[in-house]
Amino acid sequence: MDTPVKREVVVPGDILDGDGLKPGAGTFSDEGHIYASLLGIRNEQSGYVNVIPLGGRYIPRPGDAVIGKVVDVGSSYWLVDLNSPYPAPLRVNEVPWRVDFGDTARYMDIEDTILAKVLDVDETRRVSLSMKDQTSRKLTDGQIVEISHAKVPRVIGKKGSMIDLIETYTKCRMFVAQNGRIWIDGEMEDMINAVAAVRMIEEQAQVMGLTEAVRSYLEGIYGKKE
Amino acid sequence: MVKKLKLIDSKGLRMDGRKPDELRPIKIEAGVLKRADGSAYLEWGKNKVMAGVYGPRECHPRHMQNPAKAIVRCRYNMVSFSVDDRKRPGPDRRSTEISKVAGEAFSSVVFGEQFPRTSIDVFIEILQADAGTRCAGITAASVALADAGIPMRDLVAACAFGKVQGKMVLDLDKEEDNYGEADVPLAIIPRTEEIVLLQMDGSLTTKELQQGLKTGIDACKQIYQIQKEALKRRYAVILEEEETTEGDA
Repeated sequence: MDTPVKREVVVPGDILDGDGLKPGAGTFSDEGHIYASLLGIRNEQSGYVNVIPLGGRYIPRPGDAVIGKVVDVGSSYWLVDLNSPYPAPLRVNEVPWRVDFGDTARYMDIEDTILAKVLDVDETRRVSLSMKDQTSRKLTDGQIVEISHAKVPRVIGKKGSMIDLIETYTKCRMFVAQNGRIWIDGEMEDMINAVAAVRMIEEQAQVMGLTEAVRSYLEGIYGKKE
Repeated sequence: MVKKLKLIDSKGLRMDGRKPDELRPIKIEAGVLKRADGSAYLEWGKNKVMAGVYGPRECHPRHMQNPAKAIVRCRYNMVSFSVDDRKRPGPDRRSTEISKVAGEAFSSVVFGEQFPRTSIDVFIEILQADAGTRCAGITAASVALADAGIPMRDLVAACAFGKVQGKMVLDLDKEEDNYGEADVPLAIIPRTEEIVLLQMDGSLTTKELQQGLKTGIDACKQIYQIQKEALKRRYAVILEEEETTEGDA
């Protein structure tokens, strides 16, 4: 874990030089100096200086678990919206079912929501999805909450501490996808509380001791737990 | 004949009491619109500008997509109540031109290669106009671009200079623009002093232009500081309380 240092907000064009640092994510170098290219927080890690973005759109990366909405159905693929600038096709040979040509709509139709993995993103940012793994499936129950993808790490928490906390209190099943969509399933009342907790994290994403704040919020509703 | 307007008095001060190289007061606020990916509101003297940025998003119409990089589209618009006489709404020759040059100014700073086939849409709405709106619009929109989390080489800062009653002045207001001899809007990348927009209405000698450019660039750097402050202020409240390390992804 990196040492907690003073967090500094940087804007595009800010100089980020330091002893032997190399330009990392969210930076660029010009004439021997390193500059920020994003609005974000300066971060130094293993010899690289990075800028952790405070916003921006989700850009798919291979291996990301994502929640997508089917927006179009072709005879051998589904077109999925990932809340990113790029539409992502899911081909029939990447689903766990045997689908005959032209029979795609019988399995998934427009407006269906799926949990999938980003299979590949090529250099022109053409995305392809896969559902051929353990976690991927069609989401039939529950509801989806959308947050900024930059806040996903906060909702998950250190080693999943935040998400575990919400799950144990509300007894909801949850899944936080990398594209900022969160799937929540449980009793109606519990879901409302879980959504409120997520919204709380979203609003106070940068606040210290957020896990404790969420814990006391949930304790206020459900009473103390072990 | 009506007596000629005295734009610069005997003490060398302008009609609103400014010195020749003094800017009008500028106020910027970032992140004012909830629906846009990034936004900024700016007050520059009597100018009031709202800027919103969307994207990078899928580019429509498809034939405008560039397979190598994101395209930057810009729309500059004056609302009907922004000027004394009602402005007839809709794009006209002037706003089409400003949209084009402003969009080109932004393309030169945005790292579009990171988002091929997408578009970044910039909307500049002039709510109240008092000369220098294209500079005000560019200044606001560049804050909105940064607020949208779009990677950029630097912010773009813009300011106008011109000639009024034979004197070189900075940041002309409406009267000076209407009755002055020249108005030169200028936009630069403050870090490198590269010029990304330079237009001229009226006429200047080479020497006057060079002198004006010098003061203009200095003014842009002042504006750059205001832009940076506006962006940092948006997250300042959060920063005070923060010390913990981030959770893993």
